[in-house]
Amino acid sequence: MTRADAMGLLLSFIARLITGAQGHWKGCPPKAEQRIYFANHQSHLDWVLIWAALPRELRATTRPIAARDYWTAGRFKHWLTREVFNAVYVARQRTDDQDPLEPLVDALRNGDSLVIFPEGTRSNKGLPQPFKSGLYHLAEQFPQVQLIPAWIDNVQRVMPKGEVVPVPILCTVTFGAPITLAPGEDKRAFLDRARAAVVALQPVESQLQAAGG
Amino acid sequence: MSTLKTWSADQQVALLFVILFGVLLLASAAVALLTLRERSGAQLDQHDRLRRELGAVWAGAVVFWAAWVSGPVGATVLFGVVSFLALREYVTLVKTRRGDHRSLLLAFFGVLPLQYVLVANRNFDLFSVFIPVYVFLAIPVVSALAGDPQRFLERNAKIQWGIMVCIYGLGHAPALVLLDFPGHGGRGAFLLFFLVVVTVGAQLAQTAASRRLRRRPVARHIDRSFSLRAWGIGIAAGAALGLALFWITPFKPGQALAMATIAAAAGTLGELVMSALKRDAGVRYWGNTSSVTGAVGLLDRVAPLCFAAPVFFHSVRWYFQLKP
Repeated sequence: MTRADAMGLLLSFIARLITGAQGHWKGCPPKAEQRIYFANHQSHLDWVLIWAALPRELRATTRPIAARDYWTAGRFKHWLTREVFNAVYVARQRTDDQDPLEPLVDALRNGDSLVIFPEGTRSNKGLPQPFKSGLYHLAEQFPQVQLIPAWIDNVQRVMPKGEVVPVPILCTVTFGAPITLAPGEDKRAFLDRARAAVVALQPVESQLQAAGG
Repeated sequence: MSTLKTWSADQQVALLFVILFGVLLLASAAVALLTLRERSGAQLDQHDRLRRELGAVWAGAVVFWAAWVSGPVGATVLFGVVSFLALREYVTLVKTRRGDHRSLLLAFFGVLPLQYVLVANRNFDLFSVFIPVYVFLAIPVVSALAGDPQRFLERNAKIQWGIMVCIYGLGHAPALVLLDFPGHGGRGAFLLFFLVVVTVGAQLAQTAASRRLRRRPVARHIDRSFSLRAWGIGIAAGAALGLALFWITPFKPGQALAMATIAAAAGTLGELVMSALKRDAGVRYWGNTSSVTGAVGLLDRVAPLCFAAPVFFHSVRWYFQLKP
């Protein structure tokens, strides 16, 4: 076992100890197919949670997206994202000559699965913000790749914005049924549908809680 | 019987576990045989529940065995982990707010380890007052410093309660193992075994009685099956079990009967309080599969022990004037 493998096991153990990281496969089984998982984004822990909820054999081929400037800055951060998580690096600053989606497209051509947070930023309002268009472009270019919506519940309670130490609270990741881009479907309509698919996976209790304040 | 008395404490405890695991093996075998026979849907359902419950009993027995084998430190660490998991489940379900973050950190990573260190060192005097006195003040202070005045009392009460039940209450289980009884050294595991058998027995008898009797519930909105007569039967069963087991404890038969009655009453009432708490939190059963919090139902299983252990521990300690 390499040091990266050991680190991966340690991280998933900690994630399970703190949050339980339970995966609920409601709409699809955990299978080694090429997939794009898209989920709501509330905390820095979201990626680790999805990753720990996946069966071990899927973790190696399922890759997160990481901001290049931040995650390659320090040696440890770079090692962690490159060796342990096998992250796809993207540039946050848009340059004219390069398509920001290009690294993602490369990874998908490679046969890897991706986890993306289409809101683009963390929200703490409960419901996700409108999705950015990256998901649509990927769905257009790779119609054979399954698009799996996922809802991450409770994680904002584990580590609210501005805190660094997580509180042990049980979290779940609910995976829904795959959606596909209909022929000729409008971009906005598809993104709204994708967002609705994610929101629909929210457990009943959290919906009530959100409604009650 | 007379040869048993000449055995060392370790041999006696080992025998206890051999008997316990033997009984469990027989029960599992019986359940496995039943699987081959039954067919109808309702029976299968009941059967599944039985198998799950039996699995939980197995897990519990293994925990107690591991606690005894690994000695004082191991026992403390083991129950510390159970405490941690129970508190995690509790906090998940009582819905805390953003401002509680620091208080929760204090509870999980400060209070919990400290309390178990006190147990392992047998500082029973400080162990008894650490949470009710010092933590009682510390939690609201941390909460106040977080600067969120909304529902301040309610939020703190929730956290205090979780600490009391999951850390303070459960912490008394390893404390029982480590309690030094004059002339009964090294047999603390028997005391814990006595307590567990009595509370579980009382609980089972009460459930069976309420199913059979169908009496009017005392508090319909909290627990539909809790009636005074079923409760009485539960306590009586617990007391009888305690009396039958007096020879494994340092008690005389009369004392064993009294202690078992206290433990059985505390355990069954604790269960009632826990159902009230569940109703308040909006769950009917901590291990509810529809609740996507992913709770595993641990709290449900340890709740009677959480309430019975401290009452039993302090009754024993006070009555026998034990000085650790």
